[in-house]
Amino acid sequence: MLDGMDLDVAAGSFVALVGPSGCGKSTLLRLVAGLDKPDAGTLTFSPPLDRTPGARSPIAYVFQDAHLLPWRSVLHNVALPLELAGVPAQERQASAHALLRQVGLGDATSRYPAELSGGMRMRVSLARALVTRPRLLLLDEPFAALDELTRNRLDDQLLALWKELGMTVLFVTHSLSEAAYLAERVLVLSRRPARVMLDRQLALPRERLPALRANPEFAREMGLLLQALERGEAP
Amino acid sequence: MKTASVHAALAPLGALIIVLALWETVTRAFSISPIVLPPPSAIALEASRAVESLLSAALSTGRSALVGFGLSAAVGVLAAVVLSSSRVLERALYPYALFLQMVPIIAIAPLLVVWFGHGARAVAVASFIVSVFPVIANTLTGLRSVDPSLRDMFRLYGARRVATLWKLELPASLPHLFTGLRVASGLSVVGAIVGEWVAGVVEGDAGLGILVLASNRQGNTARVFAAVLAASALGLMLFGAVSLTGERMLRRWHPSASGS
Repeated sequence: MLDGMDLDVAAGSFVALVGPSGCGKSTLLRLVAGLDKPDAGTLTFSPPLDRTPGARSPIAYVFQDAHLLPWRSVLHNVALPLELAGVPAQERQASAHALLRQVGLGDATSRYPAELSGGMRMRVSLARALVTRPRLLLLDEPFAALDELTRNRLDDQLLALWKELGMTVLFVTHSLSEAAYLAERVLVLSRRPARVMLDRQLALPRERLPALRANPEFAREMGLLLQALERGEAP
Repeated sequence: MKTASVHAALAPLGALIIVLALWETVTRAFSISPIVLPPPSAIALEASRAVESLLSAALSTGRSALVGFGLSAAVGVLAAVVLSSSRVLERALYPYALFLQMVPIIAIAPLLVVWFGHGARAVAVASFIVSVFPVIANTLTGLRSVDPSLRDMFRLYGARRVATLWKLELPASLPHLFTGLRVASGLSVVGAIVGEWVAGVVEGDAGLGILVLASNRQGNTARVFAAVLAASALGLMLFGAVSLTGERMLRRWHPSASGS
């Protein structure tokens, strides 16, 4: 599904993967997360990741849907990864509280997923992913199902969290503008078997503000990405 | 809300009154023998006259059904967990669970007498055999239909097998599990009564099944009706208790429990 892909991601960087649907972006994330085993090829982490079962996971994964446990309150959903790693109740709940405040859900901790809006559920999912302080955060079209305003707000929130926590981010999306707005570096993938059509370090200011979307530089980068995407779509 | 539930209760209550009135008039008008079909008033009279033996019989049957139901819940969930733990195991054993379900309880009840003797133990086992399969089948469905992405998430966070079972699979199966338990609750009373027909004791601790047989032999059809009604009430009570427990447990998260 993935063909001759050679990808080197610097620690602490924010990389977006864009490509037509079904091109293998999710497969790539699953391989990186260790959820699937590659048929060939290797994955190297430097320094190596500690992935012994029962330890705090150094990798976090945010799925397209929030995937919360409906029988658990928001707080206990966020605390789950720490619970599975055997962190004592008091400590893990304090961490969960802190992260929920950071994503603006400090007063929704005792509510249940069924009582939340789609955007709030996604924020809970983001908080859950970050509660282990992962070195690598993988996001698989996390905000695709949300309306545009909510999505923009969550994009800004994600950027703020990235700046504050400093983890490496791999962000899969099919939205070019979202990729250009969020990432330092964008990889455009072709149709299956996926090849890298473009690997571009964006020439945009590091400080991303909503005004950036109206910037001519932003439009130029979008044009480049679109061209690469179209080349990748061609048979 | 209050008036709505009153209205909801009005329709079946009205239907009941009409049916009872019709039944009463027809049996009187055509002077049908009370051995064939006693009028509701005669059944009510007989029920009030025999209230003591009805209650003690219901208590006996209820105890056996409760033990049978408890066994079904425990063994059924355990069996489902074991079967779901491996595809090979499920393929090897599930046909036999199905086979057990197909065994006519009336046919093997004499064996229960051989194994457990006459009395409450054999009756409870009959109740268990009749009611265990829906628990196994539904819980297994629940365990099998856990969202694969949630499984992935547990794997990613290095969850151990037992943690995945306790914190993901069992809670996720609760709606299915309770569906199985609700079906099993009614069946456990049926199983207990059938068990009594073959393995129940006649003296002392006689259940509703025995009361039905004895009243029938005496030509006391009104008492047969009263005993049957008591058995139904028993099943309904067990069903209601299980449903209520399920609703309480699932209230906050499952759409089938909220807003009803």
